[in-house]
Amino acid sequence: MEVPRHWRLKKQRYALVGEVCPHCSSKIFPPRDVCPYCGGEAKTQFSFSGRGQVYSFTQMTNVPTGYEQSAPYTMALVQLEEGPVVTAQLTDLGEQHVEIGMPVEMVTRKIRTDMDDRGIIIYGYKFRPVMQA
Amino acid sequence: MREVVIAGIGQIPVGEHWDLSLRNISARAVQAAKKDSGWLIPEAVYIGNLIASMASHQANLGAMVTDNTFMEGVESYTVEAGEASSAAAFRLAYLAVASGWVDIAMALGMEKYTDLAGDSMDEPTKLVMDYDYESYIGQTLTSQAGLLMQRYLYENPKAERMAFGAFPLIGHNNAVNNPNALFRKAIRPEVYAKAGMISSPMNMFDIAPYGDGAAALILTTPEIASKVDHPLVRVIGSDVAIDTLALHDRPDPLAFRAAGVSLENACSQAGILPSDVDLFELHDAFSVYGVLSLEAAGFAPRGEGWKLGMGDKLTLKGDLPINTMGGLKARGYPLGATGAYQLVEAVLQLRGEAGENQIPDARLALVQSLGGPASTAVTHVLERMPG
Repeated sequence: MEVPRHWRLKKQRYALVGEVCPHCSSKIFPPRDVCPYCGGEAKTQFSFSGRGQVYSFTQMTNVPTGYEQSAPYTMALVQLEEGPVVTAQLTDLGEQHVEIGMPVEMVTRKIRTDMDDRGIIIYGYKFRPVMQA
Repeated sequence: MREVVIAGIGQIPVGEHWDLSLRNISARAVQAAKKDSGWLIPEAVYIGNLIASMASHQANLGAMVTDNTFMEGVESYTVEAGEASSAAAFRLAYLAVASGWVDIAMALGMEKYTDLAGDSMDEPTKLVMDYDYESYIGQTLTSQAGLLMQRYLYENPKAERMAFGAFPLIGHNNAVNNPNALFRKAIRPEVYAKAGMISSPMNMFDIAPYGDGAAALILTTPEIASKVDHPLVRVIGSDVAIDTLALHDRPDPLAFRAAGVSLENACSQAGILPSDVDLFELHDAFSVYGVLSLEAAGFAPRGEGWKLGMGDKLTLKGDLPINTMGGLKARGYPLGATGAYQLVEAVLQLRGEAGENQIPDARLALVQSLGGPASTAVTHVLERMPG
């Protein structure tokens, strides 16, 4: 079990909390405390909107151990509207055909179970097609 | 800096060596390289390995290897640079001899992928990704490549899907004559076209198979190697470059910047152009990596690397032969030991000892190893010594 790690990452996994650089205003996710654009110290928290679009995707037939429950799943690079790109699974696709540029939004879902069935259940972000009103 | 030559090479077949341990396979490669060098005694042994601490529950490999191969007391430790680990170990051995710190150094790549069995086998390969933001999400090295290939086909709509088949087809074809290859069987384009999808748009032949392996090289000065009874190969370029750990942190993921930078620096050090070489051992962990590596090296403009796979150019008969002994796809992909195999194969070509696959009069070879999706790139330029 990796309890400290799961606890440490809860803001990122549940709320996409990253950082904004006070020097160059770049939005940063995941947080790294050093701005990857200007090198300045960047510790100001910033919550991302969770909206973005598919930058690339792949449907995985073989999934790693611990992720069988979601298999097969579609892995994506999602470009957030604030700029950064995140790696995430797509979910709630139904019969939807996935394509690059498709608008998506962040939702919280079960990612995997740690260890065996009696281990802790780990939640995190996935992205689904933007719901039409 | 002193001139550095490769005086000895050794390898075992890449395979599923259920009956052999990390100790057994490393000893075989070490002894073969020593014998080939006329029993030169290394003063330093740098070991390229990625997964032993997880798959074999064994770290402190320097002590294990030297103790096990009658080299007690010799400087030795592991160099880890993802799947480029043994290429990085080779670079360290090169620097150790070039600097004058030692006169004889060994680079040893070794990996026991099959020490784990069943579902957990691929678990250690995830070590080379960003654990918190890639592995944990359900990403694998294969899906990373799937994402890159999908994006490539989107940005370059003219790219023909079958062109990617050049890498597995050439690899399998060349491995037929390599006794150390995992798969010594050619495949037909129809078989590639019909193969089952693994991580769309990649099929099973777009993915190099992991295996166990060990390969070693002994580096020294031309003077010390003067009594060796085979041609010598000089190391004339060596460079390593780094890109972001996570694929998603790159402004342009298709650029393979580290691959381009390390190759340019290594060629510049060697005083050659990439187009001068007689062969290019590249890191075809996935077919799309072959395309991106060729573009990063400047062999094709951006978005046109796939065209190189359309004719004979990359085959043994072409003007830029790649992966002459099978590449990762068909020789097999022993993770951190891969770079040592690539270097050993380039040396065979430059010595004129590549058998049926010999490139006539091969003089210059480029060898590139990648860790992750070119998060780490190590490039070497090797040259046959005159005489």
